[in-house]
Amino acid sequence: MADFLKLVGIKKSFGGVQALKGIDLAIGQNEILCLVGENGSGKSTLIKIISGDLQPDHGELWIDGRVYKQLRPIDSINLGIRVIYQDFALFPNLTVAENIAYSQLVETNHRVVKWREIREIAEVAADKVHADFDLDELVGNLSVANQQMVAICRALTRSTRFLILDEPTSALTKKEIDHLLEVVRDLQQKGIAVMFVSHKLNEVLAIAERVAVLRDGELIATLEGDEATNERLVHLMSGTTINYSRYEQDTGQGARLLEVKGLSKRNNFQDISFSLRRGEIFGITGLLGSGRTELALALFGMEPADEGTIVIEGQEVTINSVKDAIDAGIGYVPEDRLTQGLVMKKSVGENIVAAIIERLRGQLGLVDSNKWDNTVHDWIENLDIKVAAPDVKAQTLSGGNQQRVVLGKWLASSPKVLILDNATAGIDVAAKSSIHQIIRKMARQGVGIILISDEIPEVVNNCNRIAIMRRGRIVKELETKDVTEQDVQRLVEMTEPRGKEQQMAVSSP
Amino acid sequence: MRKLLKQTEFYLALVIILLGLIITAYNPRFLTAENIFDLLKSFSVMGIMGVGVLFVLILGGTPDVSFTAIAQVAEYAVVLMTLKWGGNILLAFLVACTIGAVMGRFNGYLVHLFRVPTIIITIATSNIFFGLLYVLSRGQVIFVIHPMFRRFAEIRIGNLVSQHGVHFGLSLMPIIWLLVLVVGWFILKHTRIGRDIYAIGGNELAAERVGIPVYRTRLSVFTFVGVLAGIAAVVHAAIVQSAIPNSLVGQELNVIAAVFLGGASVFGGSGTIIGTFLGIMLLAIVNNGLTLLGISSYWYSIFVGAVIVISITVSALQRIRQEKTRVKVQVDTEGVTSLV
Repeated sequence: MADFLKLVGIKKSFGGVQALKGIDLAIGQNEILCLVGENGSGKSTLIKIISGDLQPDHGELWIDGRVYKQLRPIDSINLGIRVIYQDFALFPNLTVAENIAYSQLVETNHRVVKWREIREIAEVAADKVHADFDLDELVGNLSVANQQMVAICRALTRSTRFLILDEPTSALTKKEIDHLLEVVRDLQQKGIAVMFVSHKLNEVLAIAERVAVLRDGELIATLEGDEATNERLVHLMSGTTINYSRYEQDTGQGARLLEVKGLSKRNNFQDISFSLRRGEIFGITGLLGSGRTELALALFGMEPADEGTIVIEGQEVTINSVKDAIDAGIGYVPEDRLTQGLVMKKSVGENIVAAIIERLRGQLGLVDSNKWDNTVHDWIENLDIKVAAPDVKAQTLSGGNQQRVVLGKWLASSPKVLILDNATAGIDVAAKSSIHQIIRKMARQGVGIILISDEIPEVVNNCNRIAIMRRGRIVKELETKDVTEQDVQRLVEMTEPRGKEQQMAVSSP
Repeated sequence: MRKLLKQTEFYLALVIILLGLIITAYNPRFLTAENIFDLLKSFSVMGIMGVGVLFVLILGGTPDVSFTAIAQVAEYAVVLMTLKWGGNILLAFLVACTIGAVMGRFNGYLVHLFRVPTIIITIATSNIFFGLLYVLSRGQVIFVIHPMFRRFAEIRIGNLVSQHGVHFGLSLMPIIWLLVLVVGWFILKHTRIGRDIYAIGGNELAAERVGIPVYRTRLSVFTFVGVLAGIAAVVHAAIVQSAIPNSLVGQELNVIAAVFLGGASVFGGSGTIIGTFLGIMLLAIVNNGLTLLGISSYWYSIFVGAVIVISITVSALQRIRQEKTRVKVQVDTEGVTSLV
């Protein structure tokens, strides 16, 4: 069988960092290939090269037996390559129908637009995935799940030869994932090649004919679908066998630090209650879109909750702003350190003291430079931040070190409760593990930690208790000492039964 | 009907009708064919330029403010050239549009090259265009222009007689405005480039990914703004029968206000031709009404400023509300039974 796409020796670097170090990869004409790799392994760079958004520094792309050194986005589209990005690339101000039809409008390139044609294209595509949204609705008014469906519909419009799905399942429930996989198999029957790109493994294994593994810009291995076991892939992706040690800390006697009762926010989460003891690490996990990040943002005052109470050390507190949260002793380490956690153009030192600048005041209310230097030095040392000097700009640091600076910023404020929202996403295994050590150390010193993560092993091994969120609610809370990672995985991905159906299923013998 | 109630245009039309009725009640001269024809004629210059402003605003972000300077240069040049070499009115349009297109395209290159908000670039180029005109013309006013402009301006459609026995008819200028509106509407609603403009305004990154030629589209839009400024230049010369180097510059804010009023957003991606037309009409009626009611015309500039502030506030509030009500998580409202 001829290859649809063949990459030969693709190299790409960004300002001295080699993102791709010579990739050779071929995809058959109706093959389903899975490309896996951790964040930062070069997956997105590779996608962008195939889609023509980036030009490789070296190497060739063979498409349908023709060689391309430079591929423009329009060439890629004309060749039938479609990418569904994680952010969907939709137009919020246009209707569903027009969004779906746009690729095809570009492809046919007629100067005049026929609205009936747009509608027909959209109807055909929506039929293929059995979508039931209103084609005249503006995409900006749709839910995230429906927006993704629109993006998929767009990719399914005519003359698609090769479909790339970038992290397509991150916002979907198990049921929706199954549906997607069905659609993908259906496409394969129609002679369309599909590449799944993911950093999670379960759904990959279900559908893979071949699995290609990327690590640090290199193609480490290509496995046949049946050879690709979860364990083997994890090993290949990370380059090490991660051996998590369990966090075991008896906090049964610890004082109640934080109590959340009936916290709700419309369209975000509903009736959230949990408590946190001093020295405890409390894990929250769930799919993207389960409300876990929204809950964290509410606790930190960035998007305050509508109702419910938050009690810290027996005192009820009102958190309506970030300042309220900081005053109450809450710190927040976000997933996206680039836009939320750090001021990239400021120095490491300035970033570390950012949240406590008020406390560094000396005489005349001016900042005391001795206190400043001491604080900065302490934390650089304490957290083992690899930096030549405190006045080096934060943007020059590696991901792991940057995240340590963010940690330092919040730890310097000596918080009572520290929320980590997917804080180790996209950093390498060693850095990840050292951050876990820091978190554990802080917990032993009496800080209450809320660890939000979609990596099940991370929460199971680092937490005392875990709450599983789904559809904006906590559906289950468990002690980690009683469970395995598989148990939790199953709970997270379980097709959610509607309340009533579930009760019926239980009551029937 | 529900859809109608959601549209800016509906409310604008309502306000225009109400305002028209109020003004008529105080001064019945308002609602005469003569006054309305006159109003349409004197606002056709703004109306034509407004379509260009609309295109830029849909494309994304801040408005162009250099179109009046472009029109000014085109007007002066074409008046001077026809005086020297003669020619006909079609040629005048052609020359003015070409001059406008070149200057507009220049804006387009700069905006794309530096990726700065349009308003910043066009403040600068507006000063360059206008400054050059002043330097080269030494600020001289041309009072006597080629007679073909007068002949062109005097073409009337229909022949009506007013109460005072004056013959009047609909000038050709509003017809040109109407043509521009129709062309603008067709481009925006029924051509690829029109839809591309909305798409870029909605999400530029997505537009690039879908394969929309963003750069080419942007250049086309700015060129189109220049062409419209050229058309407006000839229409203006015909109406005022002179070429005064500073007669148009300073009008840009009024035009921008009208387009905002018509529902265009500072955030890009929205706005319609009908809305823009109604926005211009509302401004025209307010202007005319103030005169007819004998109120100081300074109120007009307060009105224009307020319109801009309010329009921006409304767009911003809509955006904040959308952000707030957007469903982030499909929350299970029925409650959940334990699963294990």
